[in-house]
Amino acid sequence: MPQPEISQSHPPVVKKRISDPLSVQVLLVGLTYLFFIGFIFLPLGLVFSQAFGKGWSVYLEAIREPYAIEAVKLTLLTVAIVVPVNAVFGVAAAWAITKFNFPGKSTLKSLLDLPFAVSPVIAGLIFVLLVGSRTPFGSWLGEHGIKIIFSTPGIIIATIFVTFPFIARELIPLMESQGRDEEEAALTLGAKGWQIFWTVTLPNIRWGLLYGTILCGARSIGEFGAVSVVSGHIRGQTNTVPLHVEILYSEYNFTASFAVASLLVFLALLTVVVKSTMEKHFQKNSFHH
Amino acid sequence: MGIELQNINKQFGEYKAIDNLSLNIASGELIALLGPSGCGKTTLLRIIAGLELADSGKILLENKDTTNLPPRKKNVGFVFQHYALFRRLTVFENVAFGLKVLPFRERPSRSEIRDRVAHLLKLVQMDWALTRYPSQLSGGQRQRVALARALAVNPRVLLLDEPFSALDAKVRQELRRWLRKLHDEIHVTSIFVTHDQEEALELADKIVVINKGRIEQQGTPQEVYDHPANAFVYNFLGNVNVFHGRIHNGKVSLGAHQLDAPDDLKNVEEKPSQTFVRPHEIGISRIRSNDKDLEGTIREVRLQGGQIGLNIECQGLDNPIEAEVPRELFVNLQLAKGVQVFVTINRVRVFTGDYEI
Repeated sequence: MPQPEISQSHPPVVKKRISDPLSVQVLLVGLTYLFFIGFIFLPLGLVFSQAFGKGWSVYLEAIREPYAIEAVKLTLLTVAIVVPVNAVFGVAAAWAITKFNFPGKSTLKSLLDLPFAVSPVIAGLIFVLLVGSRTPFGSWLGEHGIKIIFSTPGIIIATIFVTFPFIARELIPLMESQGRDEEEAALTLGAKGWQIFWTVTLPNIRWGLLYGTILCGARSIGEFGAVSVVSGHIRGQTNTVPLHVEILYSEYNFTASFAVASLLVFLALLTVVVKSTMEKHFQKNSFHH
Repeated sequence: MGIELQNINKQFGEYKAIDNLSLNIASGELIALLGPSGCGKTTLLRIIAGLELADSGKILLENKDTTNLPPRKKNVGFVFQHYALFRRLTVFENVAFGLKVLPFRERPSRSEIRDRVAHLLKLVQMDWALTRYPSQLSGGQRQRVALARALAVNPRVLLLDEPFSALDAKVRQELRRWLRKLHDEIHVTSIFVTHDQEEALELADKIVVINKGRIEQQGTPQEVYDHPANAFVYNFLGNVNVFHGRIHNGKVSLGAHQLDAPDDLKNVEEKPSQTFVRPHEIGISRIRSNDKDLEGTIREVRLQGGQIGLNIECQGLDNPIEAEVPRELFVNLQLAKGVQVFVTINRVRVFTGDYEI
């Protein structure tokens, strides 16, 4: 058999670089930085410069004031209830949508995005119209001593509504890509439903679940619109941190307002750091197929 | 009886996956379900395992009616096409899984589990990989771990869904022989699904050929290969030349040529026919040995390992025919592209009727 000929005379031509000209690169990178400075670094810096504008003592006083502490407590309580509820709901919804076939599945999947699509104000109004004291259901609840609108339960329900897609949306693509093979294998090996969930499904989705939980928590802390409608803004009772910031601001108490706002900024930054650390871990672990 | 399937039906919407299928498998046998993709063989396997429910019919495993039992009570070992190992568990934990999920009263002690897993991993030659994760193993190694995991629960029957399809050719062949040896040692009634006729012929005690949810033929590899029941089976088991023609007064037309019809079709007056010839049942020579020989020209030469594949254009035939000759003959006859040859058809199978494939 003849050997294939390998030509030695023409080494392959290597182009110096296949990319856009330098001017375009400089322009695009410059624009990106300009945008970041104008819309992120500058406002963030402003929050802190305003917050500390009158010194440490004023700052500390603003965040140690009783109403501020009550607002922080209420926000933490809301997060502590909303995140577990949405975690359970999110896992259940993702499980149902990815592992079973049932009528209305695709509709349900698209409806999952509704809380993101609808304005938070409307989300709040929905609950006022549903369980407000002038509605039949609301007045029935009132007779039994349960108050939802203008009190803590309303705030929690509105926050649940606004944040429920985070976890489910994080898990659905993940679980879809993993398929049901491992669950079926566990089934043929004799495992029961709960055993399969704890030993097979949950370990496979744990990073996605944590990731969704963090996003859900961050949004619950910061939610303003929907909570604003149902809360009634009662200081020390139904004021969450974002609402407290708004009240202080409208009273021209700028320093205190920015001081409390800086707490939210701290939390947001923390979320971003935790999230990106986890993303790295997530990517590394997703090679475990 | 190891496995008895009685009148199984399964429909997905309009599509009939399993069509009133009955099958008996003796204890300890290794059976191949062979058929093209979409023929229902995987569905049948999943029905036996309880992962799908049959619309009607009855399933008996080791004489016990398991038709309506949930999968975890059927006690079958299932090896998935893509292994489905638990990716977050080590090899040891994977194999121990079936024992650890047993109800407390039936669960073996920790040391018993350790011994059993060690024994099984030794059986599949994976005892060196106890603490590895599935992602750290090759395809063939994962397959063997999956097998050990399925065997851990002492299954009544072992079901394997296209067990070698995701492996490369060399590993596939090794694992095939190894599985046959393993089965001879442990004798658990086993069914494997495949679309690869070579795999079925080499590995199985019995082959069940399935098409469109029905059994076309069942028997030992020898029986099925040498005496195919119909045109579908003949065509599916290996390469084949097909000639469409007519059978008329004891003669079969083969393009412009005529052949004597087989004895059982001698008395057929006039019918459409299909004549099948395997490539290795065609003789090639440079001189005419017989007045029935066809005259042709080699159009294409293909190297197929020990055999050489020839594409020959014959006078009087519409389509070229495929032949296979041993390498030695190829060299001795000095065959090459464009060479004139005489073609002797040694053995034909004739099926009448318009059997669509």
